Amino acid sequence: MTRIIVVTSGKGGVGKTTTSAAIAMGFAQKGHKTAVIDFDVGLRNLDLIMGCERRVVYDIVNVIYGEATLNQALIRDKHCEQLYILPASQTRDKDALSQEGVGQILEELAAKDFEYVVCDSPAGIEKGAHLAMYFADDAFVVTNPEVASVRDSDRMLGILSSKSRRAEQGLEPIKEYLLLTRYSPERVRIGEMLSVADVQDILSLHLLGVIPESKSVLTASNSGMPVILDEKSDAGQAYADIVARYLGEDKPHRFIEEKKGLFGKFFGSK
Amino acid sequence: MIFFISNVKLPTVNNAVASTDTDRFSKMSNNSPILEFKSGSFSVPILILFTDDLKAIGQQLQEKVDLAPEFFKNSPLIFDVQELNKQGYPVNIPVLVEIIRQSGLLPTGIRGGNAQQNKAALELLIPVYSVHIGTTPPDTQKQKNITPEPIVDVSTATTTLITRPIRSGQRIYASGDLVVLAPVSAGAEIMSEGNIHIYNTLRGRALAGVQGNTDARIFCSDLQAELISIAGNYKISEDISSTVGKKSVQVYLQGHTLIIQDIV
Repeated sequence: MTRIIVVTSGKGGVGKTTTSAAIAMGFAQKGHKTAVIDFDVGLRNLDLIMGCERRVVYDIVNVIYGEATLNQALIRDKHCEQLYILPASQTRDKDALSQEGVGQILEELAAKDFEYVVCDSPAGIEKGAHLAMYFADDAFVVTNPEVASVRDSDRMLGILSSKSRRAEQGLEPIKEYLLLTRYSPERVRIGEMLSVADVQDILSLHLLGVIPESKSVLTASNSGMPVILDEKSDAGQAYADIVARYLGEDKPHRFIEEKKGLFGKFFGSK
Repeated sequence: MIFFISNVKLPTVNNAVASTDTDRFSKMSNNSPILEFKSGSFSVPILILFTDDLKAIGQQLQEKVDLAPEFFKNSPLIFDVQELNKQGYPVNIPVLVEIIRQSGLLPTGIRGGNAQQNKAALELLIPVYSVHIGTTPPDTQKQKNITPEPIVDVSTATTTLITRPIRSGQRIYASGDLVVLAPVSAGAEIMSEGNIHIYNTLRGRALAGVQGNTDARIFCSDLQAELISIAGNYKISEDISSTVGKKSVQVYLQGHTLIIQDIV
């Protein structure tokens, strides 16, 4: 059974593509055959984060228009052979995508025994975002701890529960998970940022994990290595926890509390 | 004039009604629906009698009918003989029915009759209605077997129940009451022609009585709304005191002012 996961947020710049790349790599590292699809037609980024930009020949629009087969367009990842990337087109716009075309690609991936298909949604609630989430079974809602991002996520959750295939056909609703990214406990303490509890209170959503604000994310993006491969970094570990939790492992939440300094550790103060 | 409620949508297929109950249900389950029972409310005049002088009754009735002949012509009528029976003047039902019919009215029910009167009425195919509790004659048990209790259902619109969070940008409209067990997000809008109950946090907009029902109310266990409105009278977030949140409150209309009150 193929599980289709959409990584979505509504708002831009919150970490959808970073998250898509990290979790897709996480699933593949655990031995699951995984595909990650970039739906951001016109603003192609996923290939850069995955470090495969120099190997792109065909893209999702070529496949939809029958100019290439899915096999020709799928790029096998260099680090993990269970992972495949379907890039977006940079020269077209979102109208080049069609619901039938996307449905056909997902059916074909299911026929090829992919276990997980990660759909990297573009920002906004227009066609690209709509098609990215339409066929989803699970939704990873990526949210930054600030009010605008939280409201946009809330809007996106409304669309997930009313305009998806599962909603239209009256099936079991999409499972929704909250991923809180760019979290900084220090800034929460001084009141500059919403806390995990605040966000959960507003969104009332199952928290899959908190990813701390981390320099390693930018470093990873620039080097074309999904941050989950950087096992020493806090963000990499946070994504590894998320993948494990999603697959059913019981992992306690980390990165919610402030790191205790050496002094704090000795005296147990917070 | 009173309001009374009865099962009125009369079946058009008479033979189905004449058959037994089991027959009826087997027919209903086998075929596509032939008929259905619904409850409705009608305003029907009730004639209360204070004398058994049938001649005087006939005369006065005719005088009343002459005042508005179009209004009374073929109008259904329930006659109430409770007062007469209390005074010990049991009136002759067949004669009374004949007098009422002569004046152009159609008697459709008897109220407050004794066993004999009720029996006489039923023989004339006139249904028996019970009077209010406490004043029913001792043979009500028998009457109840003949006439089922009317179904009391004041509003015909049903209640809408929402159990999933209402997200920013979503709109819910309920033609009856609306009950929400999940949070209503900022930027969401819920509307109801009746009351709104929210057993969670309200951060969006809630509009009750949108068709002009000024008696509609909003009940909420944590009011942090952007806007609340009853029958078009509204308050925005700025005008709502921040101290009303995190506790159960009700919102109702007094004149043109929305009152937010704690529910203790």
